[in-house]
Amino acid sequence: MMRLLWRACCSKELRLLQNTLLLVLLCSSAVAASPLKKATLMPLWSPQAQFAGYYVALEKGIYARHGIDLKILPAGPGYSPEQTLKNGSADFAVLWLTTALRQRADGTQLVNLAQLVQRSSLLLISKKSSGIRSVADLDGRKVGLWAGDLSLPPRIIFARQGIKVREVPQSYTVNLFLRGGIEVTSAMWYNEYHTILSSGVDADELSVIPLHEQGIQFPEDGIYTLERILKKDPALAKAFVAASLEGWRYAFDHPDQALDIVIKQMRAAQLPANRAHQKWMLDRMRDLIMTSTAKGGHGQLNQQEYEAVGQAMRSYGLLKAYPDYSRFTGRSDAGTH
Amino acid sequence: MLARTSIATRLVLVITLCSALIFAVNLGYNYHRSRVMLEQELESNARNLAGSLVHRVETELVAVAKIVQGMARELETSRHSAQELNSLLKTTLEQNPELFGTTVAFEPFAFNASTRLYAPYYYRHKGKIASSRLETAYRQLPYLYWDWYQIPRELGRMEWSEPYFDEGAGNILMTTCSVPFYGADNGRKQLKGIVTADISLESLTQLVSSVKILKTGYAALLSRNGMVLAHPLKDAVMNETFFSIAEERQDPAMRELGRKMIKGESGFILYKSIVGVRSWMYYAPIRSTGWTLAVVFPEKELLENVTRLSMTMALMGLVGILLLTGAVVSIARSITKPLRSLAAATDQIAAGNFDVELPVVRSQDEVGLLSHDFQVMQGSLKEYIKNLTETTAAKERIQSELKVATDIQASLLPRLFPAFPDRPEFDIFASMDPAKEVGGDFYDFFFIDLTHLCFLIADVSGKGVPAALYMMVAKTLLKSEGQRLGEPSRILSCVNTILAEDNDSCMFATVFCGILHTETGEIQFANAGHNPPLIMDGAGVRYLAPKAGFVLGPMEGTTYATERLVMQPGDTLFLYTDGVTEACNHADELYGEPRLLDLLQKTPREDLVALVHTIRVDVVTHAAGAPQSDDVTMVAITWRGAES
Repeated sequence: MMRLLWRACCSKELRLLQNTLLLVLLCSSAVAASPLKKATLMPLWSPQAQFAGYYVALEKGIYARHGIDLKILPAGPGYSPEQTLKNGSADFAVLWLTTALRQRADGTQLVNLAQLVQRSSLLLISKKSSGIRSVADLDGRKVGLWAGDLSLPPRIIFARQGIKVREVPQSYTVNLFLRGGIEVTSAMWYNEYHTILSSGVDADELSVIPLHEQGIQFPEDGIYTLERILKKDPALAKAFVAASLEGWRYAFDHPDQALDIVIKQMRAAQLPANRAHQKWMLDRMRDLIMTSTAKGGHGQLNQQEYEAVGQAMRSYGLLKAYPDYSRFTGRSDAGTH
Repeated sequence: MLARTSIATRLVLVITLCSALIFAVNLGYNYHRSRVMLEQELESNARNLAGSLVHRVETELVAVAKIVQGMARELETSRHSAQELNSLLKTTLEQNPELFGTTVAFEPFAFNASTRLYAPYYYRHKGKIASSRLETAYRQLPYLYWDWYQIPRELGRMEWSEPYFDEGAGNILMTTCSVPFYGADNGRKQLKGIVTADISLESLTQLVSSVKILKTGYAALLSRNGMVLAHPLKDAVMNETFFSIAEERQDPAMRELGRKMIKGESGFILYKSIVGVRSWMYYAPIRSTGWTLAVVFPEKELLENVTRLSMTMALMGLVGILLLTGAVVSIARSITKPLRSLAAATDQIAAGNFDVELPVVRSQDEVGLLSHDFQVMQGSLKEYIKNLTETTAAKERIQSELKVATDIQASLLPRLFPAFPDRPEFDIFASMDPAKEVGGDFYDFFFIDLTHLCFLIADVSGKGVPAALYMMVAKTLLKSEGQRLGEPSRILSCVNTILAEDNDSCMFATVFCGILHTETGEIQFANAGHNPPLIMDGAGVRYLAPKAGFVLGPMEGTTYATERLVMQPGDTLFLYTDGVTEACNHADELYGEPRLLDLLQKTPREDLVALVHTIRVDVVTHAAGAPQSDDVTMVAITWRGAES
């Protein structure tokens, strides 16, 4: 350190260094002035680039700068962020809009603080050799569907098109599809699709039906909290969202650093970590998160799309009612529809 | 020595370059062949190595598959109670140490109508056999949705699972062999569940990882999805697939290679390995699981020996070529050094210094021979020059003597003209140009008495000194006999008799002899085989036709006739030898008698000197530079009339 200082003194960067030191001192004094608020976040799934923004914000001290001492809880198979949120073990959670609406219908007062993934990234993938080109071709086929809310958008499409598929519950690997156990698999654009490519299947051997092209504009990952928590400390929620969005911007601006951070998290969680795969995922997250800027700024839930999802879910009997947009996004205390 | 054209430089250049070229070609070919042979050998080695590894893995896998299939058959033959199931699983595990765990997982309500899920699991734990129940061990995802259950269930056949970390039950990296088993339900074949055996991947990957090839070569194992199962790069194991690495490296060829591998092909290729080293790889499928086993030989290491050998050979070749160059330089010098000193010596010889010391060459080769010949040549040249000097001296002496002889001969002929200035009745003029220094022609005139002038012209056979000597004799005889006898035929007969007496050399002379009576103009004449003279009188110019007569000398007893001719005042008699009429030019054309006659007709006859001179000039003109082959002699005599 002394040597570094000496070298800096000898250079023209002396002034810059002084400024930096001053800034550091100011910051630390500011932090020291108001103690960090403890908060917890549960992502939707185990560490991967799908949540790069949160890990980057934590690693880069962005949450701390916003006065939050954040802990990101382990997630993945067997963990339910909505349950964790409900029982108070987490202050914030990353959830799909459909999940949040169903939870809300079940009485959990969830509030959407920010909407990151603005459209459905779900794909229905088959091998070209099975001759499936459109949704209509899916009739009577063995289709892999995930359990829970992840199967909602495909089911809505099947209902709309009036087709009946042979549903096969699918797990977290793509092996059932690769081995031919199912003809069609559900896949996230940013994850399973690339896993299939990385298993030696070429893109031109696949027939891909993106659900958002089938009129399913269902926004996916959003940041949620309980109304109770929001009321207790609105500033914390605001700071958390601001820090998270900043973390995402930083991740997109510094993809290599972001990937390093994500892979470090994956290694810590003893998960298979594959940089090429995480890079694909981060790039796709950028596509899914940053395209929304035209529709009223990224990070916000578009009201029209919110209404569309609510109506769709209600018309297919998945919901009886859905809350008012402003209530759902924590802007008023208006009641439900 | 270092001149551009010097033999030594050329020799060194040509030999060094040629041998370097030959050596380089040899070396290159040797390297190439060694490489090809090495690669061929490598391919067969790699094939054998991969083959034996595949065989070992395959044997283990097939054995496991047989066990599981056996269990499935047993489960299909009879309904097992919970006790019997536990005993089956435990016994199987005890009897087969290669198995890590085994389970029988039932379809919902297939074990009995009151239990939805049932899956007793036996596995090894700290050296003992432990048991658990999968329907409770997997908290997060029911066993129904695990690949090891779902894939064989959906496909209805035995399947080896993609290697996975079994979190919850085994908690190790394993692969599972699953076989569906069926039961008859209302006469219909109904899936009852899946029976499996797990094997720890550790022993397999250890087997593969234990293979050491050269220094950094290795064996690797890829799953059916291209997942890296065993590789020296530990970070890649269970993290990367062959395709994700290809993507990261942006290497479409590598992706294609990976696709060939997972399709179950085998091959031998040169590629850039996962760790970025150009390597030879032989890959072969493990059929039962669809995995790929690859053996990798780093090219650099493989070629290390060949490269080292080639480098050593190149070094040896370099040293050899240097030595060769040295030897060539030395030989070239040993050849050119005497040649150069020889050249320096011959330069001096060429400049005329024949006494220069030639370098001593002891060698027996061509240079020695050349040097020896030069010495001989030097001696011969010296000898020749000496002889030449002597001969020249001798010739010069003879020439000076001949000059004296010429002078003597000339002095013997009357040369003072006008010869008789006190005798106006006649004019006489004569000339002789010998072909050689001394000639064989001669003329003479002298008074026999006061009124009789004897004149003659003669031509001795042959030329030079013998002819001159003969001429001396003939001339002396003719003059003395002429003065004694005073009559031409008698003079000739008498001289012939004397000459013929001791004429061993068979020489002869032609003579025309005349005697002018200065008061009457009458001329008596006799001819001994000489050319007929010309008479120039009032009637013109014409040849006389004297009796031919036989030449003087060869035969005794020859007689001659005297003839007469009366000259009128102003008439001229012109005598000549065959040196005039037989003068030749380069085309061997004779001057000829008609030309002489013609010229005399045109030429004024008053001045005899001018007349003779004109003819002499015309003969020289005719010869046009051709050498004079015979003496040219002319005598002209004009009678002016008696003294009044």
